[in-house]
Amino acid sequence: MKRTLVVLIENKPGALARIVGLFHQRGYNIDSLNVAPVFDGSYSRMTVTTQGTENVVEQITKQINKLIDVIKVDDITEGSHHEIEFVLIKLLTKDFNKTFRSKLKNLLHHIIEQDESNVVIGIAGNSVIVDEFLLSLSYKSIIEISRSGCIGMHKSEKYLTI
Amino acid sequence: MKFSGGDLLMRALKDEGVKYIFGYPGGAALHIYDALFNQKHIEHILVRHEQGATHAADGFARASGKAGVVLVTSGPGATNAITGLATAFMDSVPLIVISGQVQSHLIGTDSFQETDMIGISRPIVKHSYIVNCAEDIPKIVQEAFYIATSGRPGPVVIDIPKDMTDPNKKFEYKKPKSINIRSYKPKVDPHPGQIKKAARALLSSERPVIYAGGGVIHGNASKELCALNKLVKAPITNTLMGLGSYPPKDNLFLGMLGMHGTYEANMAMHHADLILAIGARFDDRITNTPALFAPNAKIIHIDVDPASISKIIKADIPIVGQVRESLSALIKEIKKSKIKIDSEAIDLWVSQIKQWKSQYGLNHDLWKKTKKNEKILPQVVVQELYKVTNGDAWVTSDVGQHQMFVAQYYKFNKPRRWVNSGGLGTMGFGLPAAIGVKFAFPNDEVVCVTGEGSIQMCIQELSTCLQYGINIKIVNINNQALGMVKQWQDMIYDKRHSASTYQNSLPDFVKLTQAYGHVGFKVTKHEELAKVFKKAFALKNKLVFIDVYVDPSEHVYPMLISPNGSMKDMWIGKNKKA
Repeated sequence: MKRTLVVLIENKPGALARIVGLFHQRGYNIDSLNVAPVFDGSYSRMTVTTQGTENVVEQITKQINKLIDVIKVDDITEGSHHEIEFVLIKLLTKDFNKTFRSKLKNLLHHIIEQDESNVVIGIAGNSVIVDEFLLSLSYKSIIEISRSGCIGMHKSEKYLTI
Repeated sequence: MKFSGGDLLMRALKDEGVKYIFGYPGGAALHIYDALFNQKHIEHILVRHEQGATHAADGFARASGKAGVVLVTSGPGATNAITGLATAFMDSVPLIVISGQVQSHLIGTDSFQETDMIGISRPIVKHSYIVNCAEDIPKIVQEAFYIATSGRPGPVVIDIPKDMTDPNKKFEYKKPKSINIRSYKPKVDPHPGQIKKAARALLSSERPVIYAGGGVIHGNASKELCALNKLVKAPITNTLMGLGSYPPKDNLFLGMLGMHGTYEANMAMHHADLILAIGARFDDRITNTPALFAPNAKIIHIDVDPASISKIIKADIPIVGQVRESLSALIKEIKKSKIKIDSEAIDLWVSQIKQWKSQYGLNHDLWKKTKKNEKILPQVVVQELYKVTNGDAWVTSDVGQHQMFVAQYYKFNKPRRWVNSGGLGTMGFGLPAAIGVKFAFPNDEVVCVTGEGSIQMCIQELSTCLQYGINIKIVNINNQALGMVKQWQDMIYDKRHSASTYQNSLPDFVKLTQAYGHVGFKVTKHEELAKVFKKAFALKNKLVFIDVYVDPSEHVYPMLISPNGSMKDMWIGKNKKA
């Protein structure tokens, strides 16, 4: 089962490596990973998606929590939460045709750049929708693709903060 | 007054109460070694290999309860310290490993003796620091000691680029008055609600077992453990790391449990209706097949590390807290409780366990029964050692059959006296660890029980022993083979002794010891054993190496049957299952 973890860590050199390393050391896989500084810049927030039973994920969160640089960690899979992912796609302008446009219709998107040869489109949505959209495309028509990985947050009543 | 980075380091270590550093110099650490030379509070012990430094500091830490300190240079100095770091990490030993590093501007350029110590050590440390600013050294040292010794203890690495200790750059000695690490607040006191539940469960059980591990030793909670069992009167077993935390003479003590635990301890665990695990982590050498573990037992698990709880075996009543505080709270709660223990049920349970013991329990009197002309049994070597030291020595060991025989037959009566590598199982640990113990307790008897395999992994430290007058006794249980490997090959691989024998290439250990400037004795006959021990231990100021040739065919029993066995499934002799 897919699980989504959010982690608040010290924004220090090596802190990210400790968390990523821990997944490997303990035999777990990372499906997606997003990390960036938050608040005053001395913290970083990560969202990690992984696979595992409840017991496995409980063990992962405990092991992450043990790292000295980790302030808080939460498995947000259970209970209501928000998840979103950002995608950048570059394709040839000639491939940016009707069929393609119709696929975009139901997605939150923005055409960031368009000239005679290339189009760059930004897309946002939860990972399931993004996955579906990407699977529907022919990869021959796509030149470049970059995904932010899922970022997550509890719904309003719960917090993971400093 | 202003200090160089090296001087800051020395002063910070002194402020932490450090008396000894175990280490080995080299290029990137030379500024630090110069600072060491210029002060008088800390003595440096020069080992012969950095692995020896880490094990010696580890032995010092396990014996004294204080953090051990290691100083090595960059590159090979750092990588040689890795085995010792992993050893300390697995057994939760507080260790500070200071490694020299190439100058900051050379990092990442594959410069001479450069290695990414922080990266290499990452999975086997509790935490690590690289010094980016010399002024931070006092604060980093202060934090490192706090992290290493609090919560679940463990090793901390401080990697110091050479320019950070430049004698020409001077700074003020500044560090915070108190430690405040916003991301690290280890829990001390247990949850009162969980303590209530635990007390109720414990008092209502009919077949309780206390399973106490190394956490009781690290947490200095032996007294509380004994006080608790005065109230609940439960049969009690120790893990390999927990031996010494409970008096072995007590009727309720079952000895060690697990892979080579006693028959009665393993049977009691399997048939218990309640297991109180204290500072133990349900290691695979304990549980055998987890799915078959103690099928009818409710589990109470006290541990300072939440990640240890329900990792292998689901705890019904988890208690996160320091062992001592948790046991004190439990004792208080039990004294308050109106529930009376079911003495009748427990008497029945204890007599059942006694019956198991009489069936297949260990024979502590083998020494009486061995005939003069028989080969020496390794178990008898430990029994004779127990006699000649009145059961009161600090004993370190290496890894293998001899380690298990000590755990089974040397009845440790005090916490911390038994120093061995349990989690990682590091051969080569025993001799340097004994050096560390001797520095912690210079007037006490320190013995290293080893095998002819293990001792050769760090034998160079015999030279360190001469330099510092380390008058330990080394008992080499020599079965002329890698005994535990051979035992598995006998049992599982149809006696194919692949790479477990030496083809008559063993050194003459007596001559070797003499070459290192010590005294050596060789024992081949049972009738000589006690006499040689007496003679060796009478040489108070000498390191004596006693090379005892034992019956090479002997196996360690009991032994849990695996795979797919439970704790009640044991070999109790060659070709004999219980």
